[in-house]
Amino acid sequence: MDVLYFAWVRERIGLPREVVETEAATVMDLVQELRAREDRYAAAFADISALRVAVDQTLVDFDAPIGDAREIAFFPPMTGG
Amino acid sequence: MRIEVQSAPFDLGAETTAFAEAQRASGAVVTFTGIVRDVEGGLIAMDIEHYPGMTEAALAEIAEEAKVRWSLEDALVVHRHGRLAPGETIMMVATAARHRKDAFEAAEFLMDFLKSRAPFWKREITQAGSAWVAAKETDEDALDRWQT
Repeated sequence: MDVLYFAWVRERIGLPREVVETEAATVMDLVQELRAREDRYAAAFADISALRVAVDQTLVDFDAPIGDAREIAFFPPMTGG
Repeated sequence: MRIEVQSAPFDLGAETTAFAEAQRASGAVVTFTGIVRDVEGGLIAMDIEHYPGMTEAALAEIAEEAKVRWSLEDALVVHRHGRLAPGETIMMVATAARHRKDAFEAAEFLMDFLKSRAPFWKREITQAGSAWVAAKETDEDALDRWQT
């Protein structure tokens, strides 16, 4: 699946999107896998209360199942308007 | 109902006029416009990042909810992304309803939800460097009053 990063999450990880092969059942499982990768991921996902997540472009909670999602995006709280 | 997400500037007057003139059943049109505000020490520019695809879908969903809840005849959202200078117009919403109370309330609802539920992120660039604008606690609180 495609994993997307926006705003400071993108900057901290150093790329806007990547293809991730995972068996993770929930978003939180995926976060744990990413955290274990490298320091930059651990830093970006250190405090998930500072993050939001969308599965296939719909906002969800971190305990949401991934199912057969095509796209998961991580980003800070939004500041539109 | 029209949703536009674009980097190009838009003509606020022309958009407002076209929106108002297209109405027949509505007696009230309310518009809100967001402008890049200068900051202490001087803002050089504001960068607005967004999530193409989700942005349009989120805005359409919010506008649709407003339309149903306040029986709007029509709604318009225009939101820019990319680099903007102080004083530039970032975005606008317009609502049309039979009576003004619905048009006003729906516009406020649209703005409250757009601020913290549409995937945009602002970064301010000043002489001191650049910094992402943090979401405010009050933005989240603003959503609570619309819970019924």
